[in-house]
Amino acid sequence: MPHDLPLKSPAQTLSPREIPHTVSPGLWTLAWRRLKSDYVGMVSLAIVGVFLVMMLLSATGLIAHDWSREVGTNYAPPSFIGADVEGGTPAAPAAPAEAPPPASEYRSQIVDPIGDVIAELKGEKVPAPASAVPGAAPGAEEKSVDPLADVMADIKAGKGVTANAAPAEERRATLPFGGDKWGRDVLKKTIKGSETSIFVGIMSAFVATFLGTVFGALAGYYGKWVDDFFNWFYSVFSSIPYLLLVLAVAAVLQQKGMLTIILILGLTGWTGVFRLIRAEYLKHKAREYVQAADAIGASNVRRMFVHIFPNISHVVLVQLSILTVGFIKAEVILSFLGFGVPVDVVSWGSMLNEAQNELILGKWWQLVAATIAMATLVTAFSLFTDALRDALDPKLKGRRGH
Amino acid sequence: MATEIDNQDPLVRVKNLRVSFRLDRENTFDAVKGISFDIPHNSTIALVGESGSGKSVTSLAILGLLPPENSIIHAGSEIIYGGRNLVDMPIRDLRALRGGDISMIFQEPMTSLNPVFTVGFQLEEVLRLHMGMSGRKARARSIALLQEVGLPDPRRRVDFYPSQLSGGQQQRVMIAMAIACEPKLLIADEPTTALDVTIQKQILDLIAELQKKHQMSVLFITHDLAVVGEIADHVVVMRNGEIREKGPAKQVFEAPQDAYTKALLKCRPQLDRRPVRLPVIDDFMNGSPRAAADLPDRKRGVLPGDPVVLSVKNLGKSFYSREGLFGQREFKAVKDVSFDLRKGKTLGLVGESGSGKTTVGLTLMRLHEATTGQAIFEGRDLLALSAKEFMPYKRRIQIIFQNPYASLNPRFTVGQILTEPMQIHGIGTGAQDRTDLAFELLNKVGLSEVSFYKYPHEFSGGQRQRIAVARCLTMKPDILICDESVSALDVSVQAQVLNLLQDLQDEFGLSYIFISHDLAVVKYISDQVMVMNEGEIVEIANSDEIYRDPKMPYTQKLLASIPKGFAA
Repeated sequence: MPHDLPLKSPAQTLSPREIPHTVSPGLWTLAWRRLKSDYVGMVSLAIVGVFLVMMLLSATGLIAHDWSREVGTNYAPPSFIGADVEGGTPAAPAAPAEAPPPASEYRSQIVDPIGDVIAELKGEKVPAPASAVPGAAPGAEEKSVDPLADVMADIKAGKGVTANAAPAEERRATLPFGGDKWGRDVLKKTIKGSETSIFVGIMSAFVATFLGTVFGALAGYYGKWVDDFFNWFYSVFSSIPYLLLVLAVAAVLQQKGMLTIILILGLTGWTGVFRLIRAEYLKHKAREYVQAADAIGASNVRRMFVHIFPNISHVVLVQLSILTVGFIKAEVILSFLGFGVPVDVVSWGSMLNEAQNELILGKWWQLVAATIAMATLVTAFSLFTDALRDALDPKLKGRRGH
Repeated sequence: MATEIDNQDPLVRVKNLRVSFRLDRENTFDAVKGISFDIPHNSTIALVGESGSGKSVTSLAILGLLPPENSIIHAGSEIIYGGRNLVDMPIRDLRALRGGDISMIFQEPMTSLNPVFTVGFQLEEVLRLHMGMSGRKARARSIALLQEVGLPDPRRRVDFYPSQLSGGQQQRVMIAMAIACEPKLLIADEPTTALDVTIQKQILDLIAELQKKHQMSVLFITHDLAVVGEIADHVVVMRNGEIREKGPAKQVFEAPQDAYTKALLKCRPQLDRRPVRLPVIDDFMNGSPRAAADLPDRKRGVLPGDPVVLSVKNLGKSFYSREGLFGQREFKAVKDVSFDLRKGKTLGLVGESGSGKTTVGLTLMRLHEATTGQAIFEGRDLLALSAKEFMPYKRRIQIIFQNPYASLNPRFTVGQILTEPMQIHGIGTGAQDRTDLAFELLNKVGLSEVSFYKYPHEFSGGQRQRIAVARCLTMKPDILICDESVSALDVSVQAQVLNLLQDLQDEFGLSYIFISHDLAVVKYISDQVMVMNEGEIVEIANSDEIYRDPKMPYTQKLLASIPKGFAA
């Protein structure tokens, strides 16, 4: 709010003459206090926070940047199940090039991260470094003094475990939460997918809430023909079947991508917010404090956005949070149907889409990973929204007992 | 005291009632702090107190209607009715008792009746549930009840929906529902506060008449001692959850023992006197000499030679509602109103709801667009100016609204509220100057400087109204319109705000248009009084004159309905 600045600065410059005063809690502070005392709300806020931090970390490339690397065997099962599932399937085309010795494979089943290194140290697997450097000429191999030299160097440098990541060993038989068709780590995929889904959900919620709030404010505040215009617009818009509208917007935008989905969801999702905000403005413009603002000569824009908006901002906030939940789900549905993100981007929806075929083969982990992640976030977000609404509900503000 | 010397058991005995409310996890608020009183058979007992006194909580406790999730009735509290303690009675028995032996009338008849059912249906439902009456019998009884509460043409009105009845008629229906099952105790919680003064009188008479006829007891809850005086046998005065005084009405009114009771009786403007300054509660509670002193009366009135600051001519305002596809129906809220407002004087504007008095105020402020007429201020017609031309005049006429809880933006600090109008109108040389002026005005209206940093919700109703007054003063107006500005306030606070308004008029020579339905307040503050009815001026004259010798029948009727207080 721009008007805050000139009003607050005198208070600070005044401090010498100032009487000792404690900063009074504003309505937001009071709402935050109420929210803090809501146990369920705070737990769900923490969960949502974890997801958001995860999303930021993955967006900045700190985690899951290598989600598309094919680190495991095809359909590598989750580690907690073990690789024997794969052994049961007759077609086991995994890692044909290496054909590692049986002992090594056995070790890796009992998830011992440095098992291979120890095996190498024991000299059981002397040729392994050679295959790790496939381009090296035989002569060069003989010239090398000690075949274990670089491994030893790594161990000395304290990087013994990472030595495992050498390309030759890359295709692991199990992954923490299994692998997909190409052997990509499902866990990383889920994290990367959550980045897409949450980002699309939040951004499109912002777009929709912004449009709905501006339209609703104009329609509700000015009334008359402005209101009629927006109501007609709203009626026409909401009379078109939703998916058809989505397809139409997609066709107009002519490309697939995150921005497209954000625009699709944002441009089609403002109607609910519009209706609510319009009703709020209708209610508030007749309130005495707005009449009082009129009486002191405040302009229309000032009354709309400086006086009324802060008083209905809690409605906007709750709508934003409801829409985010809805749009995360909508993105999943769109991607599942194939209208969503392009093939080189992963989202929960595209994971679920892939999971359709995998499920027939009995590879359930990708479906479960995406579902658990989505269900947790959506449930936590919904519970948080409820808590937020309770904390912001002005009706609970009134003093009782008179 | 006389109440206790009853040879038989009273109808209801409230003993050591303590009620608290949970505010949050740790804090509770003691709403009622161990009070005891009796409701004798066949009498009217009035529970009087200002907001926060615990009077409504007490009545809800009797009915067992306190919200269980946040209220605590402490152990040892007793409400004895018919030998049983209502406090720990099972909810089933209590429910049978409510609506049967004990029934209640609420303050707002408009919200207490279900708008989608006819009044007949709602009455019959009560009769079916509690008396087990059959359909036809219940209908006949409903009509008889409506007849009894004085609803005209009950045979036809029994099939009306609540919205087709006026406020007073709705309250009559509520009373009919309350007495349908021949209750032994009728609890009336501010039953007349939402009604016009003439209707109030009728409802009070009706309750008194029904009480005698049905030999029931009435617990009458109100903030207005004047109302009580006419109907109560016993009076209980409460403040902050404690009983300050109880006794027969005659004793409480004529020889009040408690300082607070005395203050309540004194600080309300009286029709026969007009002291220079109204006494306030604090004067009595602190034993200040001002309480006892009989201040001289202030002279009021307008002389023909007094300078005119605003001259209103033939003001008219119509509202249009659609009718049919193309038709419009005109509703004339204000018709052909003309008056002169004199400099430094107060024009009182009285009338019942719907008389158009508020519309006059809002139209002069141009918060409503006038349909016809002129308002001449400094030689220019304010109503004919363009919005841009009007801007410099806007600050010259200001308004104080009725509800101080609604007229301050809850998201602004008091500092923002006070400096905003100065910013808009370019008053003061800079932020520092405006802040200084705001502090000055806070002092002037009797608020501490810390208030500058606080939000409106941290203030009481009276303090908020002071903030609203201060906001108007920032613009240095010439005319202040007070639209029911003291009506929503407790009597004691009302006196403080009236004193403040008077002080400001004396200091700055402000002219007031004082709109109110409260005739005693208008008499106190006004030099001239203008009576309005259905959008037209009934009578306009100097206030002493109009109260002493009303010319028009409508004015006479209005003045006759003013509660007279205790009449021996």
